[in-house]
Amino acid sequence: MRIFAQGLIAAVAVLCVTASVPAKAENVLRWASQGDAMTMDPHAQNEGQTRAFAQQVEEPLVSRRPDLTKVPSLAVSWRQVDPKTWEFKLRQGVRFHDGKPFSADDVVFSFKRAMMPTSDFKEIVGTIADVVAVDAATVRITTKAPDPILLDAVYNVFIMSKAWAAEHGVNTPQDYGGGQETYAVRHANGTGPFILETRDPDVRTVMVKNPNWWGLKDNPHNVDRIIYTPVKNPATRVAALLSGELDFLLDPPLQDLARIESSGQFQIQRAPAVWTIFLGMNTGSKELASSSVKGKNPFADIRVRKAMNMAVDVNAITQRIMRGLAQPAGTIVPPGVQGYDKSLDVHLPFDADGAKKLLVEAGYPNGFDVRLDCPNDRYLNDEPICQAVVGMLARIGVKVTLDLKPRTIHLPKLQAKKTDFYMLGWGSDTMDAHNHLSFMASPTSIWNETGYVDQKLFDLINGMESEIDMAKRDGMIKEASLRLREAYSYVPLYHPMLAWATRKGVTVPMVPDNLPYFSYVRFAP
Amino acid sequence: MSDNNVIASRSLGARFCRSGLALTAASIAGIMILAAIFAPWLASQNPFDPAALDLSNSLIPPAWAPGGDARFLLGTDDQGRDVLSALLYGSRISLMVGGAAVLFAAVIGVAVGLVAGYAGGWIDALAMRLADVQLTIPAILIALMVDALAHAVLPPARHEAVAIYVLIFSIGIADWPQYARVVRAATAVQKTLGYVQAARVMGVRAPAIVLRHILPNVLSSVLVLVTLGLALAIIAEATLSFLGVGMPPTAPSLGTLIRIGNNFLFSGEWWITLFPALTLVILALAVNMLGDWLRDALNPKLK
Repeated sequence: MRIFAQGLIAAVAVLCVTASVPAKAENVLRWASQGDAMTMDPHAQNEGQTRAFAQQVEEPLVSRRPDLTKVPSLAVSWRQVDPKTWEFKLRQGVRFHDGKPFSADDVVFSFKRAMMPTSDFKEIVGTIADVVAVDAATVRITTKAPDPILLDAVYNVFIMSKAWAAEHGVNTPQDYGGGQETYAVRHANGTGPFILETRDPDVRTVMVKNPNWWGLKDNPHNVDRIIYTPVKNPATRVAALLSGELDFLLDPPLQDLARIESSGQFQIQRAPAVWTIFLGMNTGSKELASSSVKGKNPFADIRVRKAMNMAVDVNAITQRIMRGLAQPAGTIVPPGVQGYDKSLDVHLPFDADGAKKLLVEAGYPNGFDVRLDCPNDRYLNDEPICQAVVGMLARIGVKVTLDLKPRTIHLPKLQAKKTDFYMLGWGSDTMDAHNHLSFMASPTSIWNETGYVDQKLFDLINGMESEIDMAKRDGMIKEASLRLREAYSYVPLYHPMLAWATRKGVTVPMVPDNLPYFSYVRFAP
Repeated sequence: MSDNNVIASRSLGARFCRSGLALTAASIAGIMILAAIFAPWLASQNPFDPAALDLSNSLIPPAWAPGGDARFLLGTDDQGRDVLSALLYGSRISLMVGGAAVLFAAVIGVAVGLVAGYAGGWIDALAMRLADVQLTIPAILIALMVDALAHAVLPPARHEAVAIYVLIFSIGIADWPQYARVVRAATAVQKTLGYVQAARVMGVRAPAIVLRHILPNVLSSVLVLVTLGLALAIIAEATLSFLGVGMPPTAPSLGTLIRIGNNFLFSGEWWITLFPALTLVILALAVNMLGDWLRDALNPKLK
């Protein structure tokens, strides 16, 4: 018995000693925002939060730093062989998360995949004619015409493993609109700084450090694990942050910034975002499905569209709901992109009486009814802003029913063109106005639900793709922006300011496109 | 029999007037119900009319607080909605949903209970097992399921219009077993009593016995359940609306108002959520106390 007791004590002592040797503490970055990524397939959805996840796991040939300047990523260098041909030298010795080596075949495969019909990046890579592997370390991209912003397109194409895609039957991008489920929806295999460990959509996503990441030499980050939790309710998000359950909050509610700062444990970073939030009107249909006006489409009349623009008081929205952390918008092109023109970025003066007169002229003295499709977890304050718009339009007799839906229902609904009047935001993919114009004004764009057709505008957008004289190109951007503005097919609302909240002791460099790069995060020792 | 009832109700009325608690609870509930009914005449603003809201009046604190505005006694919310007007209209919806849901549940429950209790045998067993199954599913879950189903089936444009009926149905359907069980037990007891036996011997048909003779004698316990159930139904409505599956923000009930205001708690705009919450608490408490008192008053063992 005594021996047994002694043995027990010894065993306990050993246990205590082992337990007291501190395991090297893991730096876990716990972050949250209101809505989850739509898919893990890097080519299926060109959507902000989806990219925010992808760019931790996968890498393009050319990437960006947090200040959005371009840096070599999977390509170490590039040169223009002739006006239509670009050559990229690939990084050597890189391996995918599953251990397969990265080579030129993967690059060719990924570009071809991004050009497929179910890819949401086909517009962005639309100028590319062909991608060929010259040798294992060299890739040549030829464009249909000289493309001044090809590198910005390349930045959007994440490189997948060709072998992995073949193994799991994901050679084509997921058909998101068609509701397709593929292996790539919940799994990813890239070369990036983090490995996707678990993916539970709308619940939790865990990524772990990729110890073999090629970039660790230049960018020795100390994040071991990233845990993402979507939290839709703003008050719950703030409570989670304040109670110490989060290290980083991507979208703290604007009304709570002062409260978060005053706690002394968190810091708020602010920066203007290269984003525009706007409303789109379906001008193309014969009649509006959600309206009782039959036989004609009120939005087909430019006077109605102009009235809608005049009736929305963007200053009240930016001052009251966005609490000054937004700039009223007059065009969908946000400040900070190539081709932005401040003189165009002025919203029509708020004038409810003038708007009413225009409606009378257009033959709607008693207004009309229509449904407004709005997300409730995509943009900061999207729900109250849509509610306020309903009130503003009610004052000119336009009776709006509001359909608030989570982004995973709202965005596919837009892409299926099942909308008459909708809220959308667009952040720059390329930091060039062409990106906004081609996505928002090309009749073929999946993200343009206005159905507005202007051949001259379309020609200008196509023309700027191959115009290498930058001054001339800026002129074309200005003319196109003006034409789009004066069509009033959109009601531009505001350019948001970004605000990120982080726990003191963690540095998360701010990125003006609102997509964090966690490889630049540092935990204080 | 009818004489007995008159005596019982007379003494009930007399005891009501003597009970301070019952009087207070009843007058609070009464005032709130009257205020809700006459909301369109009392409120300075129609908070359901989007055109009446002005964003430039948003987030004004209550009139007595610094920055307050005499036009908005209890302040305004983020849309410029007058909180007092929203409360009046909101309690109207809450009471309407609560009342209708309780009525719905009581009608189904009493009918099932009477039939099961009187018929007995396999009908009784079937009805009570159904009630048991229903009771294993929490009321809030049923309400969530019905509501989600309605949202999925109906086109979005109809959601707002039918939201109130969906709420009434889902809260009502979750509550009927309570009534069924109580009424069934009471009916089973009444069935064995002499007056029922006598009626049966005289050849009165079963439906007539149940409706004319048994129903009046089980109604007092139903009355207690209805009063207590009303408070619970109002809270259930508020819970559903707070979770975002109840009334839409364009026609807010008390629960919806609390949900909207909840987003502004951290930023110091406390009045948006506090006043709806207080109203809900006072309303539910008053109705509940009334029900409690009624239960005690009608309980012969406590006389």
